[in-house]
Amino acid sequence: MGNDSYEIRKLIGKALFFILVAVLCLVYVSPFLVMFFTSFKTNSDAFTIPVKLFPREWVWENYPAAMSAIPYFKYMGNTIYITLLSVIGQLIVTPMVAYSLSKIDWKGSKIISGLLMATMMIPITVTMVPLYRIYSKLGLTNTYVPLILPTFLGKAFYIILTRQFFMGLPNSLIEAAKIDGANEFQRYTKVALPLTKPILTTVGIYAFLDAWSDYLMPMIFISKPEKYTLSLGLQQFMSEYSVDWARLMAAAMVFVVPVIICFAIFQKNFVRGIATSGLKA
Amino acid sequence: MKLSQKQRDFRNGLLFALPWIIGFLALSVYPLIASLYYSFTEFNAVTTPKWVGFENFQDVFHDPLVWKSLRNTLFMVFISTPVNLFVALLLATIVTRNFKLKAAVRTAFFLPSVIPMVAATMVWIWMFDPTYGYINNVLSLFGVQGPAWLMDARFTKWALVLMGTWNVGTTMLVCMASLQEVPTSYYESAEIDGAGAVRKFFSITIPCIAHVLVYQAILGIINAFQYFQQVYIIVTANSGVKGGSAAGGPENSILMYPLYIFHNAFTYLKMGKASAMAWLLFIVVAILAVVMVKVTAKVTDSAGRE
Repeated sequence: MGNDSYEIRKLIGKALFFILVAVLCLVYVSPFLVMFFTSFKTNSDAFTIPVKLFPREWVWENYPAAMSAIPYFKYMGNTIYITLLSVIGQLIVTPMVAYSLSKIDWKGSKIISGLLMATMMIPITVTMVPLYRIYSKLGLTNTYVPLILPTFLGKAFYIILTRQFFMGLPNSLIEAAKIDGANEFQRYTKVALPLTKPILTTVGIYAFLDAWSDYLMPMIFISKPEKYTLSLGLQQFMSEYSVDWARLMAAAMVFVVPVIICFAIFQKNFVRGIATSGLKA
Repeated sequence: MKLSQKQRDFRNGLLFALPWIIGFLALSVYPLIASLYYSFTEFNAVTTPKWVGFENFQDVFHDPLVWKSLRNTLFMVFISTPVNLFVALLLATIVTRNFKLKAAVRTAFFLPSVIPMVAATMVWIWMFDPTYGYINNVLSLFGVQGPAWLMDARFTKWALVLMGTWNVGTTMLVCMASLQEVPTSYYESAEIDGAGAVRKFFSITIPCIAHVLVYQAILGIINAFQYFQQVYIIVTANSGVKGGSAAGGPENSILMYPLYIFHNAFTYLKMGKASAMAWLLFIVVAILAVVMVKVTAKVTDSAGRE
């Protein structure tokens, strides 16, 4: 008898848990569903009461229409260009700096390691005016230099991640190469660097996403429409066509899908980076 | 001349770290100092800064919109941050349990966090539409008449809070990692003592991950003080809408402090005033960061001693 009621309680608990999980999943997935289904609606369908999640009639037109309403491919080209260079920059510089901070015994490594976290906290609103002034004096606003140059100077979050990874590697390998007469540069390129593939994959994905999605930096430094990134173009599109939600959602879909694909492929790397560092990208 | 090993290490270390050092000086140190100087000057994008003493700060303290924006930002700090932390912890607790489809559920919870901000904000603006939006239509299924969300000053900030809970994936992952480190033996012995799930959660789980929660809470507060990009997207998109304002939404109800800095700098071209506001923000964030380091060290320390 008592055993029975315990079983029943457990069963009810389990059922409640699954209902909670199902509802939460639905909540978290629904913006994606709204974006997806709206992009296949006619605009009048999107504005018909009662509002339905599914299109009453499936249409493809929003996609070509969205991409011709703004120079979509131009923006995408710009974004890909910036993203590629940013990823390259981060992948070159991050392991270099991280190596210096973890595998070379010098005074600066401690100081810099301490400063890394601090730089992550500096609000962009504090630095944006001086940075804007420098870049505009150098005639570099409306170029991609302000967006790409910083990626070749290292980003604290990536350096912290990679430094942690290096610290987990035994020094013996590098010491052995040293005894064999390899200089620091050879030790770095031949011994350390090949071992960093897993963490560099993680850094590469973060760098890709950061550059692809970045909104604030392009907004500050880019004002010529032909130089727009997808973020800027999409936002521009929204303020001009704020009643054409079917098309807007189609434009957003094209922006978001590469990110989802990237995430699907590299999910493990993603999770590891954040979980081990306790930091936000 | 032959360098000693120590000198060589110093040279190599410096060379390898050089890109970061340059970046640190040019992109962090210089702008910080320049911004402090600018806060005592007056200039727009093209003119040379002219020294005006404390005028900008007086202007800041007497500008009612500064206070309004500060109140809006504090709303995010005190409402949005704890809500987000609670939701992240709830989601983390779910995905640490073992059940079928666990991986898929975790993906569903985390995926929103990687969606580009402009696209995500756009979808939410559409979902918040009072008449045709998904949210009010779902509410109406339950007989609830939803508010006008982003178009009604009373609800705009709550809409932001709601929108924020969609984007707690990273905090969730951090919580998840720390939950997994709680020794299962603790739970087992508690079960033998007859503790229920709630009791176990508050007596074991929370104390064990307290240091992570404190750290995430302070990080969340720091982020809340800097929160404005989403709002900028919303106010620009809705500027044409009745009751909307290009500056800060209906009745400036979502004019966040950093957004007002941005407007002063790049919309009104009062770069001196923007710098003064920015430096006040910087001081607050710096204090919080120091608190974060101190508190985290203390909590970790006391947890280690137990």
